[in-house]
Amino acid sequence: MEHYNMNLTLKVWKQKNSKTKGSFETYQVKDISSEMSFLEMFDVLNEKLITEGKDPIAFDHDCREGICGMCSMYIDGRAHGPWTRNTVCQLHMRAFKDGDTIVVEPWRSAAFPVIKDLMVNRDSFDRIMQAGGFISVNTGNAVDANSLPIDKKDADAALDAASCIGCGACVAACKNSSAMLFVSAKVSQLALLPQGQPERESRVLNMVAQMDKEGFGNCTNTYACEAECPKGISVANIARLNREYLIAGFTTEQ
Amino acid sequence: MSLDSKIPQGDMDKKWTDYKGHVKLVNPTNKRKLEVIVVGTGLAGASAAASLGEMGYQVKAFCFQDSPRRAHSIAAQGGINAAKNYQNDGDSVFRLFYDTVKGGDYRAREANVHRLAEVSSAIIDQCVAQGVPFAREYGGLLSNRSFGGTQVQRTFYAAGQTGQQLLLGAYSALERQVALGNVTMYNRHEMLDIVKIDGKARGIIARNLVNGTLERHFGHAVLLCTGGYGNVFYLSTNAMGSNVTAAWKAHKQGAFFGNPCFTQIHPTCIPVSGDHQSKLTLMSESLRNDGRIWVPKKKNDTRKGVDIPEDERDYYLERRYPAFGNLVPRDVASRAAKERCDEGYGVGTTRMAVFLDFADAIKRYGKIEAGKQGLDHVDEATIIKMGKGVVEEKYGNLFEMYEKITGENPYEMPMRIYPAVHYTMGGLWVDYELKTTVDGLYALGEANFSDHGANRLGASALMQGLADGYFVIPYTLGNYLADEIRTASIPTDHPAFEETEKTVGDRINQLMNIKGKQTVESFHKRLGKIMWDKCGMARNAKGLEEAIVEIQTLKKEFWSDVKIPGEINEMNPELDKAGRVADFIELGELMCKDALDRNESCGGHFREESQTDEGEAKRDDDNFSYVSAWEYKGESNWQLNKEPLTFDIVKPTQRSYK
Repeated sequence: MEHYNMNLTLKVWKQKNSKTKGSFETYQVKDISSEMSFLEMFDVLNEKLITEGKDPIAFDHDCREGICGMCSMYIDGRAHGPWTRNTVCQLHMRAFKDGDTIVVEPWRSAAFPVIKDLMVNRDSFDRIMQAGGFISVNTGNAVDANSLPIDKKDADAALDAASCIGCGACVAACKNSSAMLFVSAKVSQLALLPQGQPERESRVLNMVAQMDKEGFGNCTNTYACEAECPKGISVANIARLNREYLIAGFTTEQ
Repeated sequence: MSLDSKIPQGDMDKKWTDYKGHVKLVNPTNKRKLEVIVVGTGLAGASAAASLGEMGYQVKAFCFQDSPRRAHSIAAQGGINAAKNYQNDGDSVFRLFYDTVKGGDYRAREANVHRLAEVSSAIIDQCVAQGVPFAREYGGLLSNRSFGGTQVQRTFYAAGQTGQQLLLGAYSALERQVALGNVTMYNRHEMLDIVKIDGKARGIIARNLVNGTLERHFGHAVLLCTGGYGNVFYLSTNAMGSNVTAAWKAHKQGAFFGNPCFTQIHPTCIPVSGDHQSKLTLMSESLRNDGRIWVPKKKNDTRKGVDIPEDERDYYLERRYPAFGNLVPRDVASRAAKERCDEGYGVGTTRMAVFLDFADAIKRYGKIEAGKQGLDHVDEATIIKMGKGVVEEKYGNLFEMYEKITGENPYEMPMRIYPAVHYTMGGLWVDYELKTTVDGLYALGEANFSDHGANRLGASALMQGLADGYFVIPYTLGNYLADEIRTASIPTDHPAFEETEKTVGDRINQLMNIKGKQTVESFHKRLGKIMWDKCGMARNAKGLEEAIVEIQTLKKEFWSDVKIPGEINEMNPELDKAGRVADFIELGELMCKDALDRNESCGGHFREESQTDEGEAKRDDDNFSYVSAWEYKGESNWQLNKEPLTFDIVKPTQRSYK
């Protein structure tokens, strides 16, 4: 890969805390290597700002290898930036060219209030998990792992759904701020497995109820969530969630 | 102070069973009155918090990330070991125990390792019951693969995301306890000190990272599950936030630090590309099952890997270690790569990389695939195409990650890899019950020193984290808390809480008031360079002595010239980082001291003064068969306590993988 350097203009959302109003600020960065990751470019900018006595840009990040789900930037109108099936931390500067202007915003959703600059509060996802994203098995209750064979097809589909990293890009990408992809991934994973059967109905009802309570919007089948999901979680999971929800609604005695 | 490891008497395979049979219990009504603090929510912390919550204790769990699901256990790729013997290949609890003690180069405690092997099976059962989607065969049963340093297939995996799936399992168990009211979760909180009352750990001071306020939390016991300290090297495969602060504060309050110099340098990582680099990315060890590692036979060969003919390549691992070949343990593979690069055979622009080549595997799998489909006269191009398909199925996500980072296609040209800091075997010294030298203070998972000796085998970290959290601490903590049932919860206006909070607050003020010129990041980078150059893959007395002086100078400079922007009472990531880097600097000095004391080579610790004629690590059991447990005595002042290691079952021999 040919290496090159570039100068860029960044328009970044700055917001002191959840109580104040934010606005865009413009920054110039010079001599950015095409081999840098997008977050490393932010590191360079922040180092410069600190040295100049200015306020650095706060952003969430941790593993920087695309798996923890912490990084969350909305770049040029796309969750996680221009590459598909990718997180911001794995986006590299060769996606850009000299002279580009890049606009960076936080995830936008009423259910993800801004903490500072590009950082948002995603506790709502934890609360949805608390509503039913688990199998009730205490430590020590388990039977031998091979006592219950699982069809490879189902196991693979469960893993595909379980590969969700909980970053919230689906919500940020959706015009309705719907969390259906996130919720459906967990519902699907557990509905596909025999271990998930005992709580199958209460799980889907409770998780959806919590999702609504948190203020996430409805799904109108635009599939923006699937297009922007860094792990390629399929909207087929949303269809499965809807089936699960319908069946649970008809069959539970509540 | 004499160290009591509290290893139970009796035969090795009966110790844990006997312990469990005689340990003190806490009755359910008393459990409800006892509070336990768990710091860190990775595999060890989440599993401990969930299990203790299920048992009825009142648990408070803390993590610095925005959700417990982000903990860095999530990034583990390869797998988790268990002595299930599902493959009927001769595996057993004894084999797993034996391999782990040998792999650790005889610097681990036998009784702890045996317990780990014993509970390994139950971990897999527990995870499957939670809905962890492990890889399966067509018959619906669990699949296994092999990992470096062993000759059986005992590794369970979920594609290249095993850590993620195990952590999400533990996280879901944790969130269930939150919903039931047994666990209170504190996200975006960082523990900044232990509160001790009458010599016992009775709580913590934590900082709310969103608004910067200091909070006091009481607990009858405190569990540190805060991971490793690989970021002392600046560049490592750890997450950016991974830090030693919690463990270091505990150390300064009296918890001994065990074997701090034992660092694992993982052989297969993507090489450094420039000064901007913020972290290194691991390529799973499972790639060594199929990839062949080589360098050119000619020094300073600048040709592309694919242009170098077969007879001009040196498959140095296969040449030097014919029995294990590319599957030698991590420490051996890492050192061999460094040796080749230091000699001038490295590749890539920086010359600090070796090739990991899948061309042979692609051809081999292609032929097998053609055979399966009953095709006789197949041309080379078709075979390669079929082979690429098979390789993609096995390692697709890793190849994709490599291409994203480097911009090179590893199906077409060999990967470039180089060793990187990955895991720290050292950590807080704990006894058999996982208790540190501070009463009521426990350390679990990577944060403790216990089970991996001087080198950890692949797929054993996940096993240890979950063993400690699900199956060890629920028993051993009860043995302590049974005597605490008469202790009422101590109000946090107790003078000890007040004083500790003041100490923490003063330090933060001191940091903010330095108002110097150099950024936190620049100090961290300089520390990392000293550590990597002088306390990295090869160490010698002269370099270590120099490093100690350099680190002391760096520390002075840090405390007089660091520049931290922003305010205390707001979200301030630079301030958070400054506190962590200050602790890393102090730890760095202790690591060098420990490496200097241990004038032998063992596992990941290679002292240039102690090597065989062939340049292999030479252990010195007569003089160094002990755990180094360092006691903090004041600034730059430590006392070494030694816990002698005895081996009743696995007799130490020179490790040979030839």
